[in-house]
Amino acid sequence: MLTIAGHIFKSRLLVGTGKFASAEVMCRALEASGSEMVTVALRRVDLDDPTDDIMRVLDRSRYVFLPNTSGARDADEAVRLARMARASGGGDWLKLEVTPDPRTLLPDPVETLRATAILAAEGFKVLPYMNADPILALKLQDVGAAAVMPLGAPIGTNQGLLTRFQVEIIIEQARVPVIVDAGLGLPSHAAEAMEIGADAVLVNTAIAGAGDPVRMARAFAQAVEAGRTAFEAGAGRRQSRADASSPASGLGFLR
Amino acid sequence: MAIPHPVTDEDFPGPNFAALSELVYRSSHKDVQEILQQERLTISDLAALLSPAAGAFLPDLAARAAEITNRRFGRAIQIYAPLYLSSYCGNRCQYCGFSAENNIARRVLTLDEAEAEAAILAERGFSHILLVAGEAPARLGVDYLVELAERLRHRFASLSIEVQPLSEEDYRRLYQAGIVAVAVYQETYDPVVYPQVHLAGPKTDIVNRLAIPARVAAAGMREVGIGALLGLSDWRLEGLALGMHLAWLRRRFWRTGVSVSFPRLRPAAGGFAPLAEVGERELAQLLFALRIFDHDVGLVLSTREEARFRDGMIGLGPTRYSAGSCTAPGGYGDPGLAGEQFEIGDQRTVGEVCAAIRAKGHDPVLKDWDVTFQDLVGGAQISV
Repeated sequence: MLTIAGHIFKSRLLVGTGKFASAEVMCRALEASGSEMVTVALRRVDLDDPTDDIMRVLDRSRYVFLPNTSGARDADEAVRLARMARASGGGDWLKLEVTPDPRTLLPDPVETLRATAILAAEGFKVLPYMNADPILALKLQDVGAAAVMPLGAPIGTNQGLLTRFQVEIIIEQARVPVIVDAGLGLPSHAAEAMEIGADAVLVNTAIAGAGDPVRMARAFAQAVEAGRTAFEAGAGRRQSRADASSPASGLGFLR
Repeated sequence: MAIPHPVTDEDFPGPNFAALSELVYRSSHKDVQEILQQERLTISDLAALLSPAAGAFLPDLAARAAEITNRRFGRAIQIYAPLYLSSYCGNRCQYCGFSAENNIARRVLTLDEAEAEAAILAERGFSHILLVAGEAPARLGVDYLVELAERLRHRFASLSIEVQPLSEEDYRRLYQAGIVAVAVYQETYDPVVYPQVHLAGPKTDIVNRLAIPARVAAAGMREVGIGALLGLSDWRLEGLALGMHLAWLRRRFWRTGVSVSFPRLRPAAGGFAPLAEVGERELAQLLFALRIFDHDVGLVLSTREEARFRDGMIGLGPTRYSAGSCTAPGGYGDPGLAGEQFEIGDQRTVGEVCAAIRAKGHDPVLKDWDVTFQDLVGGAQISV
């Protein structure tokens, strides 16, 4: 089971709610995904009346809402948005996105670390979106991040796990769940992330932008499950050199 | 001929139209199909997509533009409304209904009147407003805009302006007051045509005009809008110049969002006829080419264009649609009012436009920003 900040989730697939053709398609896709945690862009929500629009169509008893600060350029903006959201009844969960470059939407490491420190100290369950920088992952955990979310590739590029090598290091060193977020374009990408030991993945563009988002959501759910099962079953590590098929252990014959 | 890509602190150089012409019209250039496969395009590639040869590949350009738009923006189309504050103008621009020599009913709204107009828009569901004024600082200056912003900012997701050029200090002040984006169009990047259509007033200074978007970005505005009025010069060269300006702004001000508008000349007071006709296929090609060139740039299709065209373009590149627009100050409260800037092409209400967007499998987005992002002078509701 996936445990984040003391909460248990059966599903290891998180889904973003942006980019869908309609609220109706979004709801059906979320259902097909089996996801239990969905992200919601605070910029899209009427913070004065959060029961409006997207927050209304989604069943709060079914999904944990993970508000995100997409659009924030620096820590101050993200912190301001987070506090406002919580004051409006948004809860303690927060996906921190600090993306000063609108072209690439890559996360600012300095501002993300600063915001995480502030918000974690205020009791938020902070899930920071970050580039796949192992040192940054360690520092985020040190300041209280509830999980880390390294990108596979920049948001919306659907390129897959381009950052595999660094993500493997992050996973190896992590004390909190590692959720690969952004850039996963195909179910096989999600399976790959799970196979190398990620605790979960977050997918938005690949599902919302698919010809049939509902079926694609289902495909991602299956892939995440397959990848996790493979990991738990001891998926073979990539070998850097050739290795004999019979194990070199069993030297009990020696006298 | 090499097109310079400046990375210095100098102003954006006025494009050399002879050089642009050579890029667009020369016969030997990379295959259009090859360019459509690329993730990154150069200025030369954009020129190829704007060329007459590329016109034969319009469906391919459309498909590529649609794919990019879907990936980057999903099915969202942001809805906004213009709010005309003043029709006074100190410039004589031959193509514009507000040109100083035109005999039209001129008006500048008081702050209360502007607030009343904004209330009507809020009532109709708009959350993104573009405040527009002719360029007449004596009639409508920064103090007015600051106060209006302070009155309106908590009722709308975002406030943008399209007014006379201001100083960097003024733009900073306006950002602190709650304005988040500034549109300032070059109208034409053609250095020969520019003085022919701008006859008097501060706007005659082409060099200063070119430098304003950079000033907006330097002042910390979230987004700057650039644009060209199609019909003044060769639309292909205007498109290429827009691409160059866009690329220059990206490089120089990487934190700043950019949007591009390319309104086509519409009938207006003064009876100015376009110097060059730009048909719908041409406008479509321009829009597709810009989307393929820059995956993130905001592309605006205003109500200058007709409903059929705007509906057809949904999903193919544009990301911002105005609706139910009125271009006469005070016109939302008094629909029969004269004194508009141009004739509207798409006369539908916001409800009708949203329905049309949904009918095409897209999502009309009425709120895509929040006043909370900005640390406003005069206090946000929560302090950091």
